[in-house]
Amino acid sequence: MLTVKNLVVAAGHPSTKLDIVSDVSFEINRGEVLGLVGESGSGKSITSLAVMGLLPHPQLWVRSGAIELDGADITEEPPHLRVERGHGGVSMIFQEPMTSLNPVLRIGEQIEEAVRVHDGSTGEIARKRARELLEMVRIPDAQLQLNAYPHELSGGMRQRVMIAIALACRPQILIADEPTTALDVTVQMQVLSLIRELCDAFDMGVLFITHDLGVVSELADRVTVMYGGRIAETGPVGELFHNPLHPYTGGLMGCVPDPAAGHRRFRTIPGQAPKPGEVPQGCKFAPRCDHAQPVCRAGAVPAVAAGANHAAHCHFPLSQEAL
Amino acid sequence: MTKHETILELHNLRKTFTARRAGKSYEIKAVNDVSFDVRRGEVLGIVGETGCGKTTIGRTIIRLTGADSGEALLNGSDIFTENRRRMRDMRLKVRMVFQDPYASLNPRRSIGDSVAETGDIHGVFKNRQERADLVAQTLTQVGLNPSFAERFPHQLSGGQRQRVGIARALLPTPELIIADEPVSALDVSVQAQVLNLLTDLKEEMGLTMLFISHDLGVVAQISDRVAVMYMGNLVEMADGDGLFADPRHPYTQLLIASVPRLDATKRISGGIEKGEPPSRFTQLQGCPFHDRCPIATDLCRVERPLLRELEGGRKVACHNA
Repeated sequence: MLTVKNLVVAAGHPSTKLDIVSDVSFEINRGEVLGLVGESGSGKSITSLAVMGLLPHPQLWVRSGAIELDGADITEEPPHLRVERGHGGVSMIFQEPMTSLNPVLRIGEQIEEAVRVHDGSTGEIARKRARELLEMVRIPDAQLQLNAYPHELSGGMRQRVMIAIALACRPQILIADEPTTALDVTVQMQVLSLIRELCDAFDMGVLFITHDLGVVSELADRVTVMYGGRIAETGPVGELFHNPLHPYTGGLMGCVPDPAAGHRRFRTIPGQAPKPGEVPQGCKFAPRCDHAQPVCRAGAVPAVAAGANHAAHCHFPLSQEAL
Repeated sequence: MTKHETILELHNLRKTFTARRAGKSYEIKAVNDVSFDVRRGEVLGIVGETGCGKTTIGRTIIRLTGADSGEALLNGSDIFTENRRRMRDMRLKVRMVFQDPYASLNPRRSIGDSVAETGDIHGVFKNRQERADLVAQTLTQVGLNPSFAERFPHQLSGGQRQRVGIARALLPTPELIIADEPVSALDVSVQAQVLNLLTDLKEEMGLTMLFISHDLGVVAQISDRVAVMYMGNLVEMADGDGLFADPRHPYTQLLIASVPRLDATKRISGGIEKGEPPSRFTQLQGCPFHDRCPIATDLCRVERPLLRELEGGRKVACHNA
């Protein structure tokens, strides 16, 4: 189980006090998909890099908070130790597989490399395991495709290879940062269903980062919505979308195009997201919020809850049950 | 039933690119015998996945890429055979909005100069005052403060830049706008604002637009009619509401079923369609979709279905639809 407690990621020199992710907490259990949603600059990718230990040093660093895997604090561990842990570590896949794969190595060699580093196996054994991994991610003619170069594969197939490499380390947590954003919709659906299948088959927790509310609603068990570096709302997927508490969640839902809806005007959120550094006092969403009152612009924002697992940070949540 | 005035007619447009791989050259049919018309005052959406030819169609219409064969009639005269002088006039009438407004704006020119550029080239402004007034008016139309004329692209957010991209296409007023993925680079909340703007402009100015996008939800929102493309072929064309309520072509059905929905009642599980578009380097026999199609027959593997008209003006290229 992965637990992130009050994570604060700061940018620049310690004296500048510029926090781009503040007070982010969540947990992911085995066999569960947590969707982390937000727009550009919301801090979702930075959060995932912090969990993986990949923050670009020294521009970004963890100011405070803890990242725990099965109760052990891994906040200070280097990335390779986060991958290699007794009961499974953390692996990560990214948006554009072509930039993650080595263009001059056959994909078989690249998967075998991960197998070699993780299992210590070589030669025939590593090759066999690489083929099994390709079969797990449903690549047809796995034996043949081991000899293919990345440019010979389609975008969807390349992302499957990335997933195979991530699985070579037998992770208990898979972090997926916008893994389907570069893919066409029909292929996106296939990769999403593969991730769901693997999550169930290997009892693996998935942190799925995306800007697409539709994708989250199809795939995730629980959702965390981020805005301006903070968590706006967290809840079980059906509950959160049926009964959004935070005005930002509600506003975002109103902006999602739906082919079934036909012509309609969007209820848009006025204004634009704050840039890191020009962060307003109090609730970060207050300048764009219809429900904002003077109290929203000063001081800390209280947490409100509706049910056991559904909570938001808001003075005036959309649903009255929460009060 | 009102009679529709046709503004642009495409007849049998073909464009083939030649690509070399491993010493062999391959012919890639980017646009294969596509015909459709655009009516005055409507938004025609073209939707399809990567490599389906939707962008190539937009680019050939304004002759950024030459067509191999076919005609594009703008108000009855063929764009592809116009001489240079007449082509200049045509470029005032048909304008383009691109996906990435940062790449299409000159970083060293002020927003005002960029918006006025087309007018400057064609000498449409009588004097400096008129130029400034028209720029201010156009910026207001796209929801920007006229003071933005003094700013530079790097001072603007992505959404504001795309509004400038739209303003550039509006001054002087065009007859047809070709918008190629105009909202794909924007965040959802900003995307919604820009789509609302385009809808308003269409209603206020009676704009005619060819709206090219890979996003079915976006296309559904804004289009009066929709053309669906697959591998260079036009596979289905219908009015927007009809298409999404009752898709006839198996590819359109797959595409609509693949859009992630907020009210995810189906929820992802196994048993999803496994296919991908075939490689562009293979020469296809028959229907381009036949190897992924659940209802393909022997005929589909041999003969390419032509676009035929069903009831209600809907057109489908499928033997079995």
